[in-house]
Amino acid sequence: MKVLVAVKRVVDYNVKVRAKADGSDVDLNNVKMAINPFCEIAVEEAVRLKEKGVATEVVVVSIGGKTCQEQIRTALALGADRGIQVEVEGNAEPLVVAKLLKGVVEKEEPQLVILGKQSIDGDNNQTGQMLGALTGMGQGTFASEVVVDGDKVNVTREIDGGLQTVALTLPAIVTTDLRLNEPRYASLPNIMKAKKKPLDVLTPADLGVEVKSHITLLKVEPPAERSAGIKVADVDQLVDKLKNEAKVI
Amino acid sequence: MSTLVIAEHDNSSLSVATLNAVSAAQALGADIDVLVAGAGCGAVGEAAAKIAGVGKVLVADNAAYEHQLAENTALLIAEVGAAYDNIVAPATTTGKNTMPRVAALLDVAQISDIIGVESADTFKRPIYAGNVIATVQSADAKKVITVRTTAFDAAPAEGGSASVEAVAAAHDAGVSAFVSEELAKSDRPELTAAPVVISGGRGMQNGDNFKLLDGIADKLGAAIGASRAAVDAGFVPNDMQVGQTGKIVAPDLYIAVGISGAIQHLAGMKDSKVIVAINKDEDAPIFQVADYGLVADLFDVLPELESKL
Ligand SMILES: Cc1cc2nc3c(=O)[nH]c(=O)nc-3n(C[C@H](O)[C@H](O)[C@H](O)COP(=O)(O)OP(=O)(O)OC[C@H]3O[C@@H](n4cnc5c(N)ncnc54)[C@H](O)[C@@H]3O)c2cc1C
Ligand SMILES: Nc1ncnc2c1ncn2[C@@H]1O[C@H](COP(=O)(O)O)[C@@H](O)[C@H]1O
Repeated sequence: MKVLVAVKRVVDYNVKVRAKADGSDVDLNNVKMAINPFCEIAVEEAVRLKEKGVATEVVVVSIGGKTCQEQIRTALALGADRGIQVEVEGNAEPLVVAKLLKGVVEKEEPQLVILGKQSIDGDNNQTGQMLGALTGMGQGTFASEVVVDGDKVNVTREIDGGLQTVALTLPAIVTTDLRLNEPRYASLPNIMKAKKKPLDVLTPADLGVEVKSHITLLKVEPPAERSAGIKVADVDQLVDKLKNEAKVI
Repeated sequence: MSTLVIAEHDNSSLSVATLNAVSAAQALGADIDVLVAGAGCGAVGEAAAKIAGVGKVLVADNAAYEHQLAENTALLIAEVGAAYDNIVAPATTTGKNTMPRVAALLDVAQISDIIGVESADTFKRPIYAGNVIATVQSADAKKVITVRTTAFDAAPAEGGSASVEAVAAAHDAGVSAFVSEELAKSDRPELTAAPVVISGGRGMQNGDNFKLLDGIADKLGAAIGASRAAVDAGFVPNDMQVGQTGKIVAPDLYIAVGISGAIQHLAGMKDSKVIVAINKDEDAPIFQVADYGLVADLFDVLPELESKL
């Protein structure tokens, strides 16, 4: 079966992002960009399915400007077979991304679509679920285990109360959580090989989608900063402060 | 103007997260109805009818909704929600799983994890792990919203007398089925609603050592949380993870033990009223947000702390 994986280019998770002085947006000048960590887990899962003989082909898709081809190449170096970039200026909203992905799904007809649960820039946690609505597919979100079984996939999900397992009819959607797997590092030979793997570029028009904005970012501002407090010398002083100064115990 | 709040529950009792969502809904300034979707969930409907400020409770009681499968409940919510200006749910794993699916069915955006209502179409929400707060305006006629529960006080659970109506709509998308669940059992307060939280990180070294937190949690009536590193290492289960991609907590007192203070962890706890950090590394970033820092070996100080409380 074919597996489609959606990968997003985001700011590296180690970067402490700040608002621009005029508050119009965050300042991403000269910051390190990377593949969204949850998308890396999605690629790893697809590649493992291929290594197990469950998947026959792994296609990665990213929606964004030309620079997101870097993240597609990263995914190809991790073992994906071919890439698709859908050319869109700026940061597309989850609903638009989901519509574009639906277009790609109709073209590629994958049996499984794997996305990250959340992009660490917008912290949206929406796209996989939206793609589910648009395609009518079942969704196994926040997955910590994925087992393909005939024409079904069993997905164990990390939920607030613990774990839940659901069975979905294929084709289906999975969104990854942190415990699904530990992604490998790309080896140098695989990085070289990835440069030669096919990468197609599509436009929203190719997919029959109109890129529309539903949400306007009015401003960004720093959160209420906490100032560092004091260091206490020992447990006695800590207990005293909590009782008599903070009055929380 | 009218708002539909989606109740969070387990078919027998209403979760407090619903009360936080109701108070966010109140900030939108419209009449509020509550939808309870479940199976054998009559008692939840009765409880929702008592929430102060709620006009009407709609109860969709059907086997297809028993496990909150998003494929089914999203169809129901989109149908019932068609008559409302706003559809609001708490940003729990159930709300996060379902509401984007609802929004896409209605062809509108979904606004995740709001922490403030500026006006009927403008909201504040944290992005980039809470490193910045965005103010966003929706151009959609209908707003589909999830609410960060720690940012809104719970609406009073008593005092209302809403009418209760049954909703007949039965939706079974037929593409998903519940197989099993493993729910954590604990006598402690729920992590996201507890007045005191004590969390352990990689510094705890193993799952057994988390017992060192038990006695302290008992004395303080605290819930126990963890960092991602502690969950990944298998010390404790996933439902204990606090952070950007785990649970968001804002108790009166948060005690971080053997946790370095990565931005992803801070994103889940830095709105706590008072923060205590216990760490043997005096340069650990957690001390930059701690009101009281104790530089010490946790294995020395935890037993002492328990005995002195
Ligand atoms: C996509 C993504 C999402 C993430 N989401 C989350 C999230 O939701 N929540 C989260 O927590 N993290 C999250 N992380 C991980 C985060 O970046 C950190 O790796 C993690 O929080 C570190 O956990 P820790 O502080 O327990 O471990 P470490 O960073 O290893 O810190 C351990 C600390 O324990 C101290 N220590 C060790 N031994 C002792 C001792 N005997 N006594 C006292 N102190 C001791 C050390 O000095 C150190 O400061 C995420 C990361 C990514 C990439
Ligand atoms: N621009 C994009 N290109 C490709 N995939 C995306 C894009 N935006 C979001 N996704 C996918 O959707 C997941 C969840 O993103 P979000 O809904 O933005 O939190 C990501 O982990 C990706 O798998």
